[in-house]
Amino acid sequence: MKLEIRGVQFSYGSVPVLEGISLGVGAGEVLSLVGPNGSGKTTLLKCINRILKPRRGTILVEGRDVSRVGLKELAHSLGYVPQSAPSSFPLTVFDTVLLGRKPHVNWRLSERDKEIAFGVLRLMELDEMALRMFNELSGGEKQKVLMARALSQEPQVLLLDEPTSNLDLRHQLEVLHLIVDMVKERGLSAVMAMHDLNLASRFSDRIVMLKDGKIYAAGEPRGVLNSDNIKEVYGVETTINSDSGRPYIIPLTPMGKGSRKKVISKIMIREDLTLYV
Amino acid sequence: MATRTEMIEVKEAYSKFTARKMLFILVSLGGLIALVLVATSLGSADLGVNNVAHAIAARIFPFLNLEVSTKVNVIVWDIRLPRIVLGILAGAGLAISGAAMQGIMRNPLVSPFTIGVSSAAGFGASVAIVLGAGMVGGEKYLVITNAFVFALLAAFLVYGLARIRGMRPETLILAGIALMYFFSAGTSLLQYIATEQELHAVVHWLFGSLTGASWENILVVSIIFSCCLPFLIKYSWDLNAMIAGDEVATTLGVNTRRVRMICMALATLVTAGIICFTGIIGFVCLVAPHITRMIIGADHRFLLPCSCILGGLLLLGADTIGRTAFQPATIPVGIVISIIGVPFFVYLILRTRKEYFQ
Repeated sequence: MKLEIRGVQFSYGSVPVLEGISLGVGAGEVLSLVGPNGSGKTTLLKCINRILKPRRGTILVEGRDVSRVGLKELAHSLGYVPQSAPSSFPLTVFDTVLLGRKPHVNWRLSERDKEIAFGVLRLMELDEMALRMFNELSGGEKQKVLMARALSQEPQVLLLDEPTSNLDLRHQLEVLHLIVDMVKERGLSAVMAMHDLNLASRFSDRIVMLKDGKIYAAGEPRGVLNSDNIKEVYGVETTINSDSGRPYIIPLTPMGKGSRKKVISKIMIREDLTLYV
Repeated sequence: MATRTEMIEVKEAYSKFTARKMLFILVSLGGLIALVLVATSLGSADLGVNNVAHAIAARIFPFLNLEVSTKVNVIVWDIRLPRIVLGILAGAGLAISGAAMQGIMRNPLVSPFTIGVSSAAGFGASVAIVLGAGMVGGEKYLVITNAFVFALLAAFLVYGLARIRGMRPETLILAGIALMYFFSAGTSLLQYIATEQELHAVVHWLFGSLTGASWENILVVSIIFSCCLPFLIKYSWDLNAMIAGDEVATTLGVNTRRVRMICMALATLVTAGIICFTGIIGFVCLVAPHITRMIIGADHRFLLPCSCILGGLLLLGADTIGRTAFQPATIPVGIVISIIGVPFFVYLILRTRKEYFQ
């Protein structure tokens, strides 16, 4: 197991956010965390990379307890891709990607460090914008650069918070393919927090579905992403199409919103009246 | 293979980018040396750049056996150079403190003065001038030591207040602004009860000038400066990582709390060491890093040293104008730098893209 989580519990003040989370991710495995807003996906990621400190439980990365490893040492094995990053100062894309080498260098960069950063830029097709300033990029470009930075860190475990949230259709697929390829080729592990269930279904080996800070269901996409689970966790009626071998979710209607729907249609009718009368 | 050549292109572009930054350092250093010669030659006695260069070279390279008249020697070495050297040191020190503070706060509008260092120093100096009370030192050094001690005290208070809430930039800035108002009010109170003579001294101190420059001051300032500089530059990488936010920096192995604390302490120390001799020279610590960032970007490995050079250049330039433009009157450098600096600064802001301030 590259990453092992045992009985992790976390709360903001007295509000429990995570309760008794246990899971493991092996080499060459992509695991997606899914669940509605506030179910604890991002919090779990932040506990793993020590931005937050769990109240109880242990987290092992490559067999070492993260709470006992130095930050720099941890950065050798753990890479994190946030959804977005503040960007107040003009740092070039290349220098931003180069930051991924920070845990490996003291002050002077070796040629190898630069070589690695150049390689990642190439891999992610970012070389065109290498000398543009990070703070002047679009949201999607920024997200790709943040991922390039994490890759140049050469971590064993990749943590990704909504890696496709700012990307267009084509880039979503490209980035996820890249993640899966890297994970398989280099025997890494990836944990992604995902909103898009269909992307999660298609690109993950396993899915962990969170509800109110607890694991509601876990396993292969086929076992986890079924109508009953989605209805229970998200409160949405769906039909599932499994023609491609992986579940494809077609959301229909949110449950228990019938009354609100009537109100809305009434408002629409009134608008019609004012429009046409 | 096409990819191979593309990669080489990116590499070349990056080395060119680095070379441009090195060129900027060299050009601004050259500019600084030229300005030193010009500034030394200007004044009530017109010496000429040639004489000045001779006098400086004669002292630095005694083996050259250059002939220099005593009059030129005294004017250059005892009157003008101390002021010029202190000006450069003060500009450089304030600029690097500003750059470091802006880096750790992730905010281009912050400087050591934002966390109340200057108003505390002003209060300390006022206490010494008006009440004659001081922490340490004889009468001669009372104002200096008081300003220094109070400046450090402000940083400690800010640190103490912010620690409770986890050293976040917003907390530091808020605590600093609160202290700034507190000490300003204290200074106003002292001005209110001061005699006319004392009031004059306080106001003059608050303007900030290089009038009190001496080799003795320079020694102290340069010791503090050269002790702090390597440490600040050592943190360049950490500051770069913190540009992307505390969370990313943490996952890159940076202990953000510690870096923030140490850089704040160093920046305060340098600033306090300077303004206790010169009075409050603001603005340079805000504007020098700003201009540098506009020209070469925010990579702190280059930003910190370049800000130093530019800060020295700006302060020396401003003081030379203040010293010579309205002869025989001398305008304190703290005033000059704001008057000529602000329009220039506004021009730069208007020219820059808006992303910069988000």
